[in-house]
Amino acid sequence: MSPDLLVSLLSSTAGAATPLLLASLGELVAERAGVLNLGVEGMMLVGAVTGFAVTLSTGHAGLGLVAAMIAAMGAALIFAFLVVSLRANQVATGLALTLFGAGLSAFAGRELVGQTVAPLPHVSLPVLSDLPFLGPLLFRFDILVYLSLLMVAAVAWMLARTRLGLVLRAIGESPHSAHAIGFPVVALRYGAVLFGGAMAGLAGAYLSVASTPMWIEGMTVGRGWIAVALVVFATWKPRRLVLGSYLFGGVTVLQFHGQGLGLAVPAEFLSMLPYLATIVVLVIISRDSRTILLNKPMSLGQSFSPDA
Amino acid sequence: MARLEARPEPSRRMMLVSPLIAALAMLLTGAVLFAVLGQEPAHAFYVYFIEPISTGYGVGEWLLKATPLILCGVGLALGFRANVQNIGADGQLTVGAIGAGAVALQFPDAQGPWLLPLMLLAGTLAGMAWAAIPALLRTHFNTNEILVSLMLVYVAYLLLSYLVHGPLRDPEGFNFPQSRMFQPAALLPLLVEGARTNGAFLLSLAAVAGAWFFCDRSFAGYRMRVSGMAPGAAAYAGFSEKMNVWLAFLISGGLAGLAGVGEVAGPIGQLQQSVTPGYGFAAIIVAYVGRLHPLGVLLASLLMSLLYIGGETAQMELRLPSAITGLFQGLMLFYLLAADLFIHYRFKPRLQIVVPPHPRGAPIPGSGETVP
Repeated sequence: MSPDLLVSLLSSTAGAATPLLLASLGELVAERAGVLNLGVEGMMLVGAVTGFAVTLSTGHAGLGLVAAMIAAMGAALIFAFLVVSLRANQVATGLALTLFGAGLSAFAGRELVGQTVAPLPHVSLPVLSDLPFLGPLLFRFDILVYLSLLMVAAVAWMLARTRLGLVLRAIGESPHSAHAIGFPVVALRYGAVLFGGAMAGLAGAYLSVASTPMWIEGMTVGRGWIAVALVVFATWKPRRLVLGSYLFGGVTVLQFHGQGLGLAVPAEFLSMLPYLATIVVLVIISRDSRTILLNKPMSLGQSFSPDA
Repeated sequence: MARLEARPEPSRRMMLVSPLIAALAMLLTGAVLFAVLGQEPAHAFYVYFIEPISTGYGVGEWLLKATPLILCGVGLALGFRANVQNIGADGQLTVGAIGAGAVALQFPDAQGPWLLPLMLLAGTLAGMAWAAIPALLRTHFNTNEILVSLMLVYVAYLLLSYLVHGPLRDPEGFNFPQSRMFQPAALLPLLVEGARTNGAFLLSLAAVAGAWFFCDRSFAGYRMRVSGMAPGAAAYAGFSEKMNVWLAFLISGGLAGLAGVGEVAGPIGQLQQSVTPGYGFAAIIVAYVGRLHPLGVLLASLLMSLLYIGGETAQMELRLPSAITGLFQGLMLFYLLAADLFIHYRFKPRLQIVVPPHPRGAPIPGSGETVP
């Protein structure tokens, strides 16, 4: 394999992995607080269409990304209100959010189809990016690739080392005990879901502003769901999300480079790989039910009512 | 602000009223949305909800689009009741379409009356087989069936895409990604002249009746209901969870596959790149709005189908984007879930401070003193 191909493979792997990493990191925080949000796909679509529209009209990708986060947080707020305040079924509400996000984004983006924006510029880290071989390989990505990795470190530190993280985990394990001690269960669950929304919005905008730079209806094609699966794969540990995301990024990239690598398989079968890989990985992780039981937040998916 | 208090037991009345509240709230939102888009709401409503079913042909289209929703919705509702979450009906529908299509394309000259039943069987079995994968992985490897069934939707789409681009493509079709048109013997009979409603609608009604009987009258249906409502009690009674998972997936997968046959052997008449505008996902909403009851699913499907054809009419006549349909569908489920709060909770009236009716200086009975 030539160095150029390796660089190109790695760079597109990072491009495919970053949205997965961002979205799954947000979902992980929500799940650690005990809220299962199956609406990641919908929030990503809302973020993708908003990010693209704002970038297109203002010319600033940065503004687009911020707008995407705000819009997706709006969607997450609806979800949080329903499941945290109104104690609705989390699975059903998450599905509703996905369907709603798909409908809303198709509706809002109907005039945007076919247009394109300048992709997010790649940053060149001084000195490092000029290193021979390693420079182009590791230090010439767009800013979100680095930001997503920093976010993982920050979230891992927050969960493991800060009071906020401790309280968040306590709420995810037993909201009733946490409530009895006096921790703000409702407020923190709102916060965790909104953080998940912001990350999903950023992930969606990454697709429409950085990787594809255009808006296509339903352009996430299941990445939001893969992000949910990645949280299980990572057994709710932030650092393992990096491994999972880059693994899946690599599998996704295979379909574009499959022909180049001499794989004589129809394109559709290569496109199936990320979905099939998700299933295989889920089977491997879940096979031993103790792995799941030991790591899953105990209250995941259950409503909490303070007076019960 | 009024606070919520838990009802002593779930309100049956709210169970039935809540979908109506949701539909009403959706209509209100629709009115606002129409106004924002510069439409006269009353006229837009007429175009969206009345005009499409004002002709015999329109009613036919209404029932035609309701058919796959009923078939998928009935099956999904059955599983949701038992806490088995199959959300991959769209994939099972697609694979059912492939199964039926493969049979029709395999026997291009067949004219016999055996062809259609064979297609129905192939489609149903294909849908079952596709649904068996998440069932197997859940029962044997403890794998989350939501994620697996959803992933398989995308795999099914890609499989169909591969087939119509490759092995099943019409050699005389100018390279369009579609199969040849099915022969008349491979098409479901129309119910009445002048409308496109076909025999699949009767099958969907039979599915409603069958599911009703299964849920309310059979022991297996009872076991599934108990498992959904009280998993602990079901386990104590020795009801097998695995059995429920298998039943739920095989029934819902088979019905979704049947819906796929109804599409390709009905209005579509061939295999195409896509055979569903997301019926399998809309059926999730249908199942919830229909209160997971077969009759409710029937009614909810009719409403959802009206949203589909209303969206098409509105697009043609008012140049409203058809994507508005998806928006309405999502909104409706949101409203329903919000309204469902009142099944388990009710507003607690604010406590009134009751002022004692005794004026100052009045004697307090039995004490010999007076009120200060």
